[in-house]
Amino acid sequence: MSWTTDEMMTVAAARSLAGATTCFVGIGLPSTAANLARRTSNPGLVLIYESGTIGAKPEVLPLSIGDGELVETADTVVAVPEIFNYWLQGGRCDVGFLGAAQLDRFANINTTTIDRGEGRPPLRLPGAGGAPEIAAHAGTVLIVVRHSPRVFVERLSFVTSVGFGSGPDDRKRLDQPGSGPRRVITDLGVLEPDPETCELTLTALHPGVEVEQARQATGWPLRIADEFATTEAPTDDELAVLRDLQARTKEAHRARTA
Amino acid sequence: MAELTTLREGIADLVRDGDTVALEGFTHLIPTLAGHEIIRQRRRDLTLVRMTPDIVYDQMIGMGVARQLVFSWGGNPGVGSLHRMRDAVENGWPVPLEVDEHSHAGMANRYVAGASRLPFAVLRGYRGNDLAAQSDTIATITCPFTGDELSAVRAINPDVTVLHAQQADRDGNVQLWGILGVQKEAALAASRVLVTVEEIVDRLEPRPGAIRLPGWVVTAVAPVPGGAHPSYALDYSTRDNAFYQEWDAISRDREAFTAWMTEHVLDPAGAGR
Repeated sequence: MSWTTDEMMTVAAARSLAGATTCFVGIGLPSTAANLARRTSNPGLVLIYESGTIGAKPEVLPLSIGDGELVETADTVVAVPEIFNYWLQGGRCDVGFLGAAQLDRFANINTTTIDRGEGRPPLRLPGAGGAPEIAAHAGTVLIVVRHSPRVFVERLSFVTSVGFGSGPDDRKRLDQPGSGPRRVITDLGVLEPDPETCELTLTALHPGVEVEQARQATGWPLRIADEFATTEAPTDDELAVLRDLQARTKEAHRARTA
Repeated sequence: MAELTTLREGIADLVRDGDTVALEGFTHLIPTLAGHEIIRQRRRDLTLVRMTPDIVYDQMIGMGVARQLVFSWGGNPGVGSLHRMRDAVENGWPVPLEVDEHSHAGMANRYVAGASRLPFAVLRGYRGNDLAAQSDTIATITCPFTGDELSAVRAINPDVTVLHAQQADRDGNVQLWGILGVQKEAALAASRVLVTVEEIVDRLEPRPGAIRLPGWVVTAVAPVPGGAHPSYALDYSTRDNAFYQEWDAISRDREAFTAWMTEHVLDPAGAGR
């Protein structure tokens, strides 16, 4: 079966959740990947959304973190202060799964404002949401984002959520209880922090992608890991499950309910 | 006991120019039609507080009711930007809008402090990011017991909190269920509380896991069936995801937005719902 680069990205992101018990899920690409994981690599995965739905098992992908679909399929629903204080800050979430508008080489994330140069006001992004504390408190963090030089930048306009700060000692110095970003999955390949320097390094490319494409799409001089892999192409089963999920979602969101 | 009122009278009595106003509801139970009534009554210079501004604040900001926005995530969920909020922040249209941006954890704790009548709440958050530097409601404190450095966030105590709920009885006791958000905290933090409800019932059936706001913490209740649309009220309606997607095109352009608001909100036929 042939596949798109977005499908490859989502499948690779879903595979990264193998072995996790609980995942605090951001909306959009992370939610798609986490729901695919629950149907493929990790059927027992507990999905936690910031709306307070713990153990959600949606049949179609939610458009927002608060769709009725999440409530009706959850093991329990708790209030928002509780989800952040007891469950996230309390260290009950193995994996935090985030997207990003801008990302730097230490996997710090900007979702607040982007400078556009003299004479133009900064571009206003939606803002922090749950991300700063997910990045701080989840056991590890996965990031899924399309690879482009506008996203993978040399310097962030604004640090909304901390990855590794400016290097290996910063998480400890800044009292970030979780171990930080473990992997960034893009439509071109996979980046992981170097064990010594914490700088994001290219560790895998998806089938058919050249190293030069990843370099071109990265706004800093991208380092290539010594041990380098090619991602296994999506299986027919992974693609069938993903496409079925997306088709049902599209149908459900089209229906007007006014 | 809370007074039973109409939406028009409830807003007229409880929301004043210059107030700090919180219309809460975390994706679920957003009091959209109460926001429309605030627009129709031409309130000005409001400080609007809400974790997720959503379409209701995009509309209120675009109609010029707000001076400041206190929030933690201002997008159209799963769709993109809130274009009216962006236009106000970036270009000052129709009036300039100051922002105080927090994280969700920070905002939730600010309401908890407000409901607890404490001056601030404490959390492990904001360390190493740029949010604290641009907000005067975030500070660093040292734990007196462990010496840990922690973040303090200033309490939010709205002049008025507006909520939408499924049911109230004739004494103004309110019951809501499903996604609970910060509804209880936002209500108990406020000086005045207006709740719009899907229906007034003779007797509230006890429901495990529901929030019950007794009538003696609620100022007024107004029946407004469908008052959360395009958000929803669990067991009464479903989230109108198609409208959230349509809003992107309506709100992108100032003229299209103004025309839509004139037809659907300002038009007297739509008023008083």
